[in-house]
Order: sequence, then structure tokens, then C-alpha cells
Amino acid sequence: MKNNYDLVIIGGGPAGLAAALSAYDNGAKDILIIERENRTGGILNQCIHNGFGLTRFKESLSGPEYAARFKTEVNKRGIEILTETTVLGFNKDKIVTATSPVYGIFTVQAKAIILAMGCRERSRGALNIPGSRPAGIYSAGTAQKYVNVKGYMPGKEVVILGSGDIGLIMARRMTLEGAKVHAVCEIMPYSSGLKRNIVQCLDDFGIPLYLNHTITEIRGEGRVTGVTISQVDEFKRPIPNTEKSFNCDTVLFSVGLIPENELAKSAGVPLSARTRGAIVYQNRETLTSGVFACGNALQVHDLVDFVSDEAELAGRSAAEYIIKGATIHDAFDCENGANINYVLPQKIDKNASENVKLFFRVSNTFRNCTIKAVCGDKVIATKKRLIATPGEMETLIIPTEKLKEINGTLTLSLEVNE
Amino acid sequence: MEKILLTCVECPMGCQIQVEVEKGEVLSVTGNTCPRGKLYAQNEIKCPMRVLTTTVKTYDGKMVAVKTDKPVKRESMLSLMKKINAITIDLPVKIGDIIIENLEGDANLIATDDLQ
Ligand SMILES: Cc1cc2nc3c(=O)[nH]c(=O)nc-3n(C[C@H](O)[C@H](O)[C@H](O)COP(=O)(O)OP(=O)(O)OC[C@H]3O[C@@H](n4cnc5c(N)ncnc54)[C@H](O)[C@@H]3O)c2cc1C
Ligand code: SF4
Repeated sequence: MKNNYDLVIIGGGPAGLAAALSAYDNGAKDILIIERENRTGGILNQCIHNGFGLTRFKESLSGPEYAARFKTEVNKRGIEILTETTVLGFNKDKIVTATSPVYGIFTVQAKAIILAMGCRERSRGALNIPGSRPAGIYSAGTAQKYVNVKGYMPGKEVVILGSGDIGLIMARRMTLEGAKVHAVCEIMPYSSGLKRNIVQCLDDFGIPLYLNHTITEIRGEGRVTGVTISQVDEFKRPIPNTEKSFNCDTVLFSVGLIPENELAKSAGVPLSARTRGAIVYQNRETLTSGVFACGNALQVHDLVDFVSDEAELAGRSAAEYIIKGATIHDAFDCENGANINYVLPQKIDKNASENVKLFFRVSNTFRNCTIKAVCGDKVIATKKRLIATPGEMETLIIPTEKLKEINGTLTLSLEVNE
Repeated sequence: MEKILLTCVECPMGCQIQVEVEKGEVLSVTGNTCPRGKLYAQNEIKCPMRVLTTTVKTYDGKMVAVKTDKPVKRESMLSLMKKINAITIDLPVKIGDIIIENLEGDANLIATDDLQ
């Protein structure tokens, strides 16, 4: 290990690996990847199910197989990786502080930094469920790590709160390992998971999905012994006399992911309140010059294929920064309008040399709708959708030649067609 | 004639597929975006097939991710799990290594992770 690198990448998940490859292939070869775990691959190492890589490799790969394709390429280029090393912080001068069992606490000077720390799961704490706090309550991701990496079953009789993909995947996984999954309950009227996961993880095994339901009581002292679920009204308030009770020893929470950004926050990188990730330009540079972000640390992606695409863009931009120097941005803002939860990037350079792909999530389930990007009364781009749901990330392309027509804020909104 | 609605699980698009069936025979498949969807729908009517993904124990205590290299019968997944959980293997393994040959028919169980 040296004490200075052109590029330091924080996080060796799919985002960090793809960013490293693309920076290297675009001429920035002096790279250090810092990874907290004992191997790279990130969360993919515990995602043993298949369905990864269909867009990119036209094959249905498991998580570790997808990660391996990138690990192999990183190794071929001899890119330096420090595992079992946790980044503690970095500052405006791009001095990165990290700690490892081998080197203790140390610093490295970087010219550019890429944030690729992934995301973390929302915890039960944020949910406020009455009842005691016995053992046997896990986030779905933690349970996934127990079962798939450590080979240890957290329980035998399971109820899952939240119908995110990880919860659905774990319903099947635990059933295959011999557990009885009594119910998946979802407070919204729709599942936030992919339809295919409802079919192949719940329907295949006859596991009931209760929409508009939440857990209203957790019983047990020492260990969970049961839960009560209730239907909720349109204001998400439990409706009396709709209670159903289950005996179980385990409760899994799959209630959403949040970008991991404590590091960015303490380094003063401005974050978006909507995405909980950094505010970025279309090239994935944050408002702190020379600091880039990608993957789930920037916005929570459904598909790792898009994580890799975004990371390649960040890697390329970082290489450009290292080789050509800082970009002078002359950008307009991009904002969410009606029925849109967030849009990324939040800033777009007027002279961007490539088409700009907007990523966004809609705020509810809409059928037969039109998504519009407008500036004042000028319509810049539109797209029709037969169905749009908050569970699936949407995209809209703004062609380069249209960028010149934008002379103020670009607003993205969704209208339901009559 | 019977009309059956299916969700294709072959990729994250999750296309809604309509199948027309008469006396167990598939007459038509519509709504699929690609040919895999058609095959999926035909199988789904006759005998639903799934790729099984799970883990296998090793003597060092690490778990190796594995999958069937072809879809297996949905109905046999739980009994195949018993077979898979009964074995313990040695490391190292590489992606693609056959862990159990002909697990069901000519579908093998193969490793999907490199572990030392
Ligand atoms: C529990 C869980 C399960 C998921 N399951 C699926 C799924 O089934 N299918 C799917 O398509 N997507 C799934 N996802 C989404 C998946 O995370 C993304 O598709 C993809 O892995 C994101 O890549 P990433 O590199 O941005 O983040 P990650 O894969 O999370 O990688 C981030 C890496 O950064 C490291 N890191 C974080 N902080 C530090 C630090 N301070 N210092 C050093 N290293 C650090 C972490 O150890 C990790 O290796 C899941 C996410 C979670 C949280
Ligand atoms: S039909 Fe093709 S595109 Fe549609 S879900 Fe199936 S595999 Fe995917």
C-alpha cells in the first residue's frame, strides 16, 4: 500500500468494482479500492438467488456469479484492493482515513474519491410497533446473511413485515430450508417488490400476502412467540376487529433501504433529502469537486445491472477529472414535480456531451400515464407508461440536442391520461 | 377453452402473459416480450419448472452458493433440498463446478461462487 493514489474508491461492491474498471480503462490506473468485508462483491455475496445480469450479460446469474465477472476483470488489471478495511472518514482535501487489522488507523491522499458504500436497511426502530422487544426479530438482509453466508437458520415459524424484494426472497429461502412462513404483510395496497418475486417466492409455496396490513403486536418474552396483524384504513391506522394472530418464533422486516452516507455527510458533501444520497451532476460528481458517487450509496437501485452502468459513468468521470482537471459546471436544476418522488441527477450541465438519462420513482401506482420533463412551458421529453409503480425505478432520456433548449429548472411530472 | 393469466418469472420485466388452453393443450400464448416467455408459459401449464438456488455446507463451515444448471420441477424443490442438505463438500470450489451430478434428470447442481 502507498500513501497516495489518484483514485480511492470507498466500497468494493458491484458499484465500486465497476467504477474501478471504468476509471482504469479510461486512463486513471492508480486506484485503491477499500472494502470493509473480507472479500469484495458487496451484498451480492449473500444474494444467492438468480436473476442478476439479464440486461448486461443476457443471462440469469446468481449474485456471486455476477460479482465474479467484475472481480476477475479487476484482478486482471492488477487494481489494488484493501479488504477488512473500513473507511472512517475523508475531508475536503481528499485525505481518507481508514482502519484495518493489518495497518491500524492510517490515511491516504487521493486526487479523486468515489463513494460506493451501498445502502443499509431501515430498522424496526423507525417503525414503532407496540409490544416487547424479544429476540427473534431481524431485518430481512441480516437473515439473508445468516442463512446464505453463515449457514444458520434464524427460526422455524416466520412472519414477514414488508413485501420488499429481500423479504420475498427470504420467504422462499426460509421455506426451502424447512421453515414455515405464515404470512407476509404489507401496509401499502401494493407490494414494493417485483411481480415475479410475488409469483416465484410466495405463490409457488402458497405463502399468503396480506396487503393493507401491518403488525400491531409482537408477543413473547425473551423470544418472539407470536404476532398480531391488522388491516389498516386509508390513513394507515389499524382497523379494530380485523386482527389475525400467528404463532411464530421469528419476525423479519423488509421495510426498505436507505443509501449509506454517514461518511459523505461528515465530509460535508451535500445530500438530497429525497434520495438520502449525494446531490449529483449527470456525470455523478457530487457538489464537492472531485468526489463522485454511484450505486446504492447514491440511489437505491432495483437491478444491479443499472448499478454497474451508473458506476461506469462515475468511474469515467473520475478518470476525466484526474487526467484533465476539475470540471467547471454550468448546470440547470432538475426537480420532481407532480406524482414523482425523486429525480436523479439533480443537476445537469448545459453542455453535457451525451444524452442524459433521468432516473426517478413515481409516488404511487398509476395506470395509463404520461411522464413529462418540462422547462417553463416547453416540453423537453415525454414517455407513456401503461403502468408505473413506486417499486420500479423509471428512466427518461433527455437527448443532448434538447439540453440547449433548457434555460431554467427542468421539472419531471406524471399525468394520468384521460 | 380456458384463458389463463400468468406472470413470467424469467426476468425482472415480469410480463403478463395470457394463455389459451384446451384440454391441457396450449393453443396460444400472448403478452410475452420474448421467446423465453412463451416457453415459460407452455411449461407452466404442463409442469412448472424453476431453477433452484441454495447453499451447500463445506467441511470448513463456509457455505457455497449453488444452483441447478437447468430448471427442475417446481414440485420436487423441497425433496431436492433434503438431498442437497444431506451433503458436505470440500473446498476449494470454483463457479461451474458440478456439486451433484444429475440431481434431477440431467439437471446438475453446480457451484455459483468461488471459495477457497
Ligand atoms: C440486504 C440486501 C439484499 C439485497 N438483495 C438484492 C437482490 O436480491 N437483488 C437485487 O437486484 N438487489 C438486491 N439488493 C440491492 C443490491 O444492494 C444492489 O443491487 C447492489 O448490490 C448495490 O451495489 P453497491 O455496490 O452500490 O452496494 P453494496 O453491494 O452494498 O456494496 C457496498 C460495499 O461497500 C462496503 N462499505 C460500506 N461502507 C464502507 C466503509 N465505510 N468502508 C469500506 N467499505 C465500506 C460494504 O461492505 C459493501 O461491500 C439488496 C440490498 C441489500 C441491502
Ligand atoms: S417474456 Fe421475456 S421479457 Fe417478458 S418477463 Fe419473460 S423473459 Fe422477461
